[in-house]
Amino acid sequence: MATHEFAAQESHAHAAPQGFIRKWVFSLDHKVIGLQYYFLALAAVFVGMFLSLLMRIHLVTPTAILPFLGDIKPETYLTLVTMHGTIMVFFVLTTAPQGGFGNYFLPIQIGAPDMAFPVLNMLSFWTTFLGFIVMLAAFFVAGGAPLHGWTGYAPLSALQSSGPGEGLGADLWIISIAIFCIGALMGALNFITTTLDMRAKGMTMMRMPLTVWAWFVTAILGLLAFGVLLSAGILLLMDRNLGTSFFVPLVTINGQLTGHKGGSPLLWQHLFWFFGHPEVYIAILPAMGMCSQLLSVFSRKPIFGYKAMVYAILAIGLLGFMVWGHHMFMSGMSPYTAFAFSIMTMGIGVPSAIKTFNWLGTLMRGRIRFASPMLFAIGFVSLFVSGGISGPFLAQPVLDIQLHDTYFVPGHFHLIMGVASIFGIFAATYYWFPKMFGRMMNESMARWHFWFSFIGTYAIFMPMHYLGMAGMPRRYSQMTEVTYLHGLIPLQKFITYAAFVTIAGQLIFLVNLFWSMFKGKQASDNPWEATTLEWTTATPPPHDNFGGQTPVVRNGPYEYSVPGAPRDYVMQTDPEIKPAH
Amino acid sequence: MASFSTTATVDDPRISLGDDGILPPVRDGGGDDGSGPGLPDYATRLRRARLGLLVALTPILMLFVSFSSAYVMRQGLPTLDPRTNALVRDWIPVTLPKLLLINTGVLILSSVFMELARRQIKGQAVLASAESAPGASVVDQMKIPWLSLTLVLGLAFLLGQWMAWRQLAANGFYVATTPSSSFVYLLTGTHAIHLMGGVLALFVAGIASLLRRSVATRSIVVDVTAWYWHFMAGLWIYILCLLEFAG
Repeated sequence: MATHEFAAQESHAHAAPQGFIRKWVFSLDHKVIGLQYYFLALAAVFVGMFLSLLMRIHLVTPTAILPFLGDIKPETYLTLVTMHGTIMVFFVLTTAPQGGFGNYFLPIQIGAPDMAFPVLNMLSFWTTFLGFIVMLAAFFVAGGAPLHGWTGYAPLSALQSSGPGEGLGADLWIISIAIFCIGALMGALNFITTTLDMRAKGMTMMRMPLTVWAWFVTAILGLLAFGVLLSAGILLLMDRNLGTSFFVPLVTINGQLTGHKGGSPLLWQHLFWFFGHPEVYIAILPAMGMCSQLLSVFSRKPIFGYKAMVYAILAIGLLGFMVWGHHMFMSGMSPYTAFAFSIMTMGIGVPSAIKTFNWLGTLMRGRIRFASPMLFAIGFVSLFVSGGISGPFLAQPVLDIQLHDTYFVPGHFHLIMGVASIFGIFAATYYWFPKMFGRMMNESMARWHFWFSFIGTYAIFMPMHYLGMAGMPRRYSQMTEVTYLHGLIPLQKFITYAAFVTIAGQLIFLVNLFWSMFKGKQASDNPWEATTLEWTTATPPPHDNFGGQTPVVRNGPYEYSVPGAPRDYVMQTDPEIKPAH
Repeated sequence: MASFSTTATVDDPRISLGDDGILPPVRDGGGDDGSGPGLPDYATRLRRARLGLLVALTPILMLFVSFSSAYVMRQGLPTLDPRTNALVRDWIPVTLPKLLLINTGVLILSSVFMELARRQIKGQAVLASAESAPGASVVDQMKIPWLSLTLVLGLAFLLGQWMAWRQLAANGFYVATTPSSSFVYLLTGTHAIHLMGGVLALFVAGIASLLRRSVATRSIVVDVTAWYWHFMAGLWIYILCLLEFAG
């Protein structure tokens, strides 16, 4: 067995809990909290997928009567759009990669016994959980859930009488997001403090795995972005319930003045998108980090250009705050402003391209092991490139005005932000499952799951680009009777069939996940022969992560195929390797 | 029967320790709630708590930056007058109650007291460690209850803000009366909620004292609360200047 160096551990701040409630429900252990986040996101993703299926059914058979649900009215369709987007963005894409895997593995990967503030960590999860419950409650109140889209554009979202679901349901929607923001901020606080203050001896910033860099930068983005969203939510609640006019101009509903005047709907858009665009990177950066990690492990090569990858993550994080205006090209902004946002948006392609080329460079001449985590990591790169290519189209104001309200945009953001991030989550699940549960997942089922997901994703979202270019508008519920769109309906039907098959494929994952927890093959401590610290400890890790000791780090995180080394990987705790000259 | 576990037993750490694995030192201190064995040393805890506070202040800052930018943007926006169909300015500056100046003085004084409380308990922490040295003894000094005085002034400030709201309402300025009055209530109210967090922390420090938690633990709570309190005082001065001079 390998010899790793360990030193005296900064003692674990809380003893191993006894009893079900303290161990599994109100746990202070970052690993349990990570699992809680993960399973919360898993529940949320199935709710979100179910809503998307209803949308797909309605788009091709708008008059269908569904068992238990009846017919889907146009306003119900908008509710489905709203809740699908909100649940997926907040409670899946933000929750699983950061709250789930970040919580579980960030402390272990830097050699810490826990997060810096375990109580705060527990509170952040339960706050997020409460947010999810409040969000679901919107379905069951009078008027139902809101229909203003996940972007909540005012004045539609700011007036209680603007439509069904815009009463109590919309209030709950805003409150849920505000609660989520508070939970996310508590989590970000922990991530940043832990990374800066609790690294093991020898774990310099430039020896941190790229996963840790990604979680760290994501936490900074969250820290800056969620406060702004929270402020916007407070203003919106005041407009709705206290009669203020931050976002509502002089408007009438059914010929009646609403009593508001002078507010600016564009103010909402600025505040929302100042959060909204960094949110894209909050969703995708952890997936980038995970896939960087996996491409190196399964290519048996050091990551190509480690420092460039770190600087690219930082650059993406920084530029992510300077491009929100590209979501508002339609708002009538000055062409000069639009030009500036356009240039900045295309500029963000540079660090993204650096990352992509470095991923390809890592794969090149690697001794690739096509295990299931690697398949999903490669799938992530594919989706990121495919979705990324359509980005520069939308970054140009002239083209965006044509494409903005068409299916081109859902095609773009589902590929690059939605499913790419989901592929990162899948890759991470297959990779870290052995460490988390002590068992291996079934590889055959994993491969079936990959091909269903990979082919299905392209079958769903690539045609949407074509629909958009052909002029099919998004957010409309009944288009089967629109003459000029008749020719596109078969494509919509194809997308719906593809969605059914792809979602059926996800059941394979679900079965594999739970079956493997109980029946999977016993995993060794380091089944993938990886180098980072989580693989130096027991499987599953003990309560304090390293059995009362702290690793001493002597090497970088991606030392594979090192000339002269006794095996093809050198763990971070192994005796220091000398650089070859 | 097959089963799974997410946590290995500590008795069986299947871990390769190497030859130079060292067991951790046993320290006194407490668990998460300040009790039980196993906390890192005082300096580490203090540094970590301060870093955590610094990070926590960032989103609060962002919240008020957002409100400020909304405030500036809203000021410049015209609105449509339905009678004349012309764009007019509807920004009517609110005359702030003079009471706010007194409240400001109270808050600044409380911040001074808070700083004195921080230094006092820091001194106690040093003395406590000196007392533990063999042969050392410490002479009791008269202690002014700076922390309690801060708490009283903090509550007085909040009461004063409530009275200022009442004065605004008496002058006809409610939350939705004008855009400027909306912002006055918004900014003062949000600041007051945040200051309540500081008041809560002072209560926690007091309870920690009653529960006879270690001086080190109380010192950390008071230190972090003090910096938060100073931040809130600075933030209030900024808000007052924004409302008074940019209105």
